[in-house]
Amino acid sequence: MNFLEQEAANRRRTWLVIVFFVTLLGVIGAGLDVAVFGGGPVPVATLTALVIGTVSAWWTLRWGDRAILASSSAASLADCLAAASSDDERFRLQQYQNVVEEVAVAAGLPVPAAYVIPDDDPNAFATGRDPSHASIAVTAGLLRTLNREELQAVIAHEMGHVRNYDIRLMMVISALLGAVLLLAHWSSRALWYGGRGRRDNRNAGPALLILLAIWIVAIVLAPIAARLLALLVSRTREYLADASSAELTRNPLALASALKKIDTAAEPTEHINKGTAALCIADPEGHEVNEREGGWASLWATHPPIPKRIAALEAMAGTLGH
Amino acid sequence: MGSLILLAIIVLALLWAMITYNRLVGLRNQTQNGWRQIDVQLKRRHDLIPNLVNTVKGAMEFERDTLTAVMDARARAMAAAGPADAARKEGELSQVLGRLLAVTENYPQLKSNENVKQLQEELSSTENRIGFARQFYNDIATKLNIARQSFPSNLIANAFGFAPAELFGITDDTDRAVPSVDLSMKPPQ
Repeated sequence: MNFLEQEAANRRRTWLVIVFFVTLLGVIGAGLDVAVFGGGPVPVATLTALVIGTVSAWWTLRWGDRAILASSSAASLADCLAAASSDDERFRLQQYQNVVEEVAVAAGLPVPAAYVIPDDDPNAFATGRDPSHASIAVTAGLLRTLNREELQAVIAHEMGHVRNYDIRLMMVISALLGAVLLLAHWSSRALWYGGRGRRDNRNAGPALLILLAIWIVAIVLAPIAARLLALLVSRTREYLADASSAELTRNPLALASALKKIDTAAEPTEHINKGTAALCIADPEGHEVNEREGGWASLWATHPPIPKRIAALEAMAGTLGH
Repeated sequence: MGSLILLAIIVLALLWAMITYNRLVGLRNQTQNGWRQIDVQLKRRHDLIPNLVNTVKGAMEFERDTLTAVMDARARAMAAAGPADAARKEGELSQVLGRLLAVTENYPQLKSNENVKQLQEELSSTENRIGFARQFYNDIATKLNIARQSFPSNLIANAFGFAPAELFGITDDTDRAVPSVDLSMKPPQ
């Protein structure tokens, strides 16, 4: 598949997951509102859970980028240049700035703020609530390991996240996830403590019992299902960002080469904490999932296995006649 | 009841029309911006060249022809009349610059000079930006053309007179030929 087709496929998958999520939310919320709150016109439980989830997600979206950059000890490019100890380092930093500006031109977007993280392990992430307030951070290890072409491909991948509003999407997913978990928690409480008071409703017939059964199944599965769905979205957006990198640079093999280098250096990136993992180019925990494909473990990964990502990029290169 | 459904259909249709119109307006403006962005990058190159020529002039006395060719091509590109002419002149400037950058490789004292390294990086970055600006323009112009031609947005596009966008391409066949770089220059003495 060429990069446009891959992008379309990944966007469609994201929509499917969101529909599934909203359905799950609706099922649990409806059950709780009917069973506990008597099914009035206003779905109190569902709305409360959504509001709580939304407020926390909005807060993270608005202020999260500053928190993430601070927690990973990121230094702005200007600060790094001022503190540079060698001509070589200065040259590398200036090249990094040039690459960021080039990729911004390719994407037709404002130039994001550039940061450097003092970690030897090669990695990068993007953050920011929209393209006008975006930041890209790379580790010192990345600047040392990759050549200019590969650096450009990685920055283009991060720019892809910015352009595709992935940061905002992950906030929406986290709001939905939060709401589902809250509702499931309340529902299981209601069933455990409050269920005894509702015995008078039990003569309502088989249809209601079936719905009750569905509701209970949803509550039991929700915590795991919702988390797995969120991780599926994270992996889908990684594939999408890879395809966006190919679209911006028209050079998918450069990203493939960068991923190979990053993979062989896959030690944990200590400065990037777990919460930020979804925004990185490679799993900062250096999981062996990067090596193993398929199986239970890969469902819990924020990133697809690197060999699969490289295969997808090589397929794109094929369609570009490389 | 029937009139209520009809009202709902009309409202939805108007909503769709508004959304489509705004989308076309957004694409048209981004396309125009994309076109201007190419000029911004070309101008950046014009501004960088005199610096590069001055920095290398002292060490590259034997390349006076190449250096003069660069300055002449730059002047011609800046004085170009109209987009087609500008495209050709800028293409010639790219070729001459490429020759100069290739030739600089023969002068080891220049290669280790920090200023030269930096200017080479700036020039190469500018060439990349010019390429990316053209690429972005073509990509966004294609999106506009697709929206203009697809059904049902073509109804809105034709109703409100959205013109097709022309893609940036090579007009002169000589530009397609791979440039041959002659590296058999006189060695420095």
